[in-house]
Amino acid sequence: MSEPNDNPERTPAEPGRPAHRRAHSSRRDLERYSRLFAERTRVMRSSAMRDLMAITARPEVISLAGGLPDTSTFPPASFAAQMTRIAHKSSAAALQYGPTDGFAETKACIGEVMAAEGMRPDPDDIIVTTGGQQAIDLVAKTLVDPGDVVICEAPTYPGAVPVFCSYQADVIQIEVDEDGMRVDRLAEVLDALAAKGRQAKFVYSVPTFQNPAGVTMSADRRSALVELARERELLVVEDNPYGLLRYEGERVAPLYQLDGGDYVLYIGTFSKILSPGIRLGWVVAPPPVLEKIGLGKQATDLCTSTLTQFFVREYFAEGRWREYVDSLVGIYRGRRDTMLEALERYFPAEASWTQPAGGLFVWATLPDYIDTSDLLAKALGENVAFVPGQAAYVDGRGASSMRLNFSGSSEDEIGEGIRRIGKVVDEQVRLYETLTGRGGPAGGESGSAGPEEPADASADVLALRPRDRRTP
Amino acid sequence: MKIAVLKGGRSLERQVSLRSAARVEDALGSLGHEAIGIDVGGDLVQRLREERPELAFVALHGPGGEDGTVQELLEILAIPYTGPGVAACGRCMDKVAAKHEIRAAGLPTADWVAFNATAFRELGAADTLDEIEQRLGLPLVVKPAAQGSSLGVEFAAERDALPAALLAAFSYDDRVLIERYVKGRELALSILGEEALPAVEIRPKEGDFFNFEARYEIGRTDYLCPAELSGEEAEEVRRVGLATYAALGCSGFARVDLILAEDGPQVLEVNAIPGLTDTSLLPMAAEAAGLSFESLIERIVELAPKPASALNG
Repeated sequence: MSEPNDNPERTPAEPGRPAHRRAHSSRRDLERYSRLFAERTRVMRSSAMRDLMAITARPEVISLAGGLPDTSTFPPASFAAQMTRIAHKSSAAALQYGPTDGFAETKACIGEVMAAEGMRPDPDDIIVTTGGQQAIDLVAKTLVDPGDVVICEAPTYPGAVPVFCSYQADVIQIEVDEDGMRVDRLAEVLDALAAKGRQAKFVYSVPTFQNPAGVTMSADRRSALVELARERELLVVEDNPYGLLRYEGERVAPLYQLDGGDYVLYIGTFSKILSPGIRLGWVVAPPPVLEKIGLGKQATDLCTSTLTQFFVREYFAEGRWREYVDSLVGIYRGRRDTMLEALERYFPAEASWTQPAGGLFVWATLPDYIDTSDLLAKALGENVAFVPGQAAYVDGRGASSMRLNFSGSSEDEIGEGIRRIGKVVDEQVRLYETLTGRGGPAGGESGSAGPEEPADASADVLALRPRDRRTP
Repeated sequence: MKIAVLKGGRSLERQVSLRSAARVEDALGSLGHEAIGIDVGGDLVQRLREERPELAFVALHGPGGEDGTVQELLEILAIPYTGPGVAACGRCMDKVAAKHEIRAAGLPTADWVAFNATAFRELGAADTLDEIEQRLGLPLVVKPAAQGSSLGVEFAAERDALPAALLAAFSYDDRVLIERYVKGRELALSILGEEALPAVEIRPKEGDFFNFEARYEIGRTDYLCPAELSGEEAEEVRRVGLATYAALGCSGFARVDLILAEDGPQVLEVNAIPGLTDTSLLPMAAEAAGLSFESLIERIVELAPKPASALNG
């Protein structure tokens, strides 16, 4: 249990200013410590890219880089009322430790959320976690030995990569197309592994409104994946933060529902339907796996925040959580439409992008000669930011793609942000044409030298059918 | 002394600058100075007028802070500052101008050509790429003219890679240079006042050799300080480094990056405000010379021009 810092020397003397700050380490100190670092920290790197991403937080920057839900429409009065009720009714309990696996009442709320997507888990199969991110970490902690194979999507959730790497997993990525993960490719990879006497520990997937690609795995692929998992006794980790944020089309059954919870571990979160600030997520797993996850959780943080579990309990007791999700769906649908329209209008013919039916992200792919990490520097000059595609791969692929978020900015900002990105992309495309002598030096104002083959440029990363292109 | 530590700003090297400045503020504090950190933005002049510091410690990196812009303002406000002056900063930040000065002073630097994007967009410069390749030979190094860090620096091992490398470099600046690749050992010679500190050798690990980003990450690059140089080599590196520093009109401190090729050192570039983070090369060189970080900062402060008391009455 971590104790609060009781060293009087380090107690702040005035707000925001430590009375005593340790002098920063010299290089020699750093090298001395670096010899002590665990092997797994070698893959935990800071990089110039990360420094660049820090700049995206400047207030004048329109950031389409984050994955932030919009918490501004949550009624402050309702928040205040719930917190007041907690203080009056259960102050002592809300300020106390709680059970490692979470309160039964929280699990009842989780039951409601999962039921909304057709799932009925046994509350005993649920552990409440500190956000979905901790669930990913705990699953990896429970299952992965150094060198074990973990399979995920290509591109995959950028926040999952450092988790798998920190447990020294051998990460293999399976390409995603418009219908989600290529399950046929997965089978081939499993065969190839088996031929070498190796087996994957689990497959990690965000099948619905995937982060970062925005695509959804088709019903056929889902059946095939669940089938494959049963045949080969392979665990599948279904991460489903966005399932309830559907803007069009029919619901597709979650993998957990298809499988019944034998081989599919399910990760959910309140982050996108209520608040990421409350850090509440959960994992559903078969009892033997769950028991180990619980032991891991106990070692990590004893229990998930009691206070925020009380908040969720109060909030759900009002019975209006679906209304709030529906209001978010309305807002995000408008923002997605704005982004897709702006892409159509401002991105050059050489670019392609996904058409998400839900979730928070669009994945755009540019011609392969454009490196989006470099492009980000240029975009920051125009005060706009995105996530360079390489962040979603472990092997350097994705360099010509980018993830664009539409949930965290207003429609005006989205339109303007895409216009600015489109401008720098267009400049780079034109410049490349002149660099290769294709466009000629005339510098015609009309822009494009004619459509290329977008499918070709994106083939390496995310196979999309060439879009129907309206001529302006 | 009341010292304003100028940091952050809008450059792509903002984070590095904040890390440099945090250490500088600590060091100034333990030296008994009153350090006031100022994140450089629209209110810089106003803040400086309010705080009335006796000295500005410029811990900015990249365009804006390292190119003479902030220094010019400090001159107008008559606030003395650390590091090189306006003209020297301008020359160092522009790699092309720096190379002209270096060559004019009879000092060795690799052959290069420089372009701005307009040359390609409007003047058909692409048609000269074959001749450039023939003249300079492969592999080539492509760099933005005005970025202090490794951002946008690309190797082109073959002719076909040149357009994409140029495109990447043009993402960081409207001007780029294409330089002959010089094979040799990478050295950084830090200069404090008029004295050269021991040279640091940068040895990228196998596989990271063509990855400039790796140069800035612990564990992906080995640093030897002092570099293992023969007496003759060390002397030649020192001579070329000091002469370069003088040719660009530097004062206070700076870092000269060189390649030690078979036929002697070649200057790559000069950093007017080298990093002062815990993994930076200047503090490393100072340590090898027996100077703690505090002593280094104290020395940099001493080297700055004295406050013009006449101006303040």
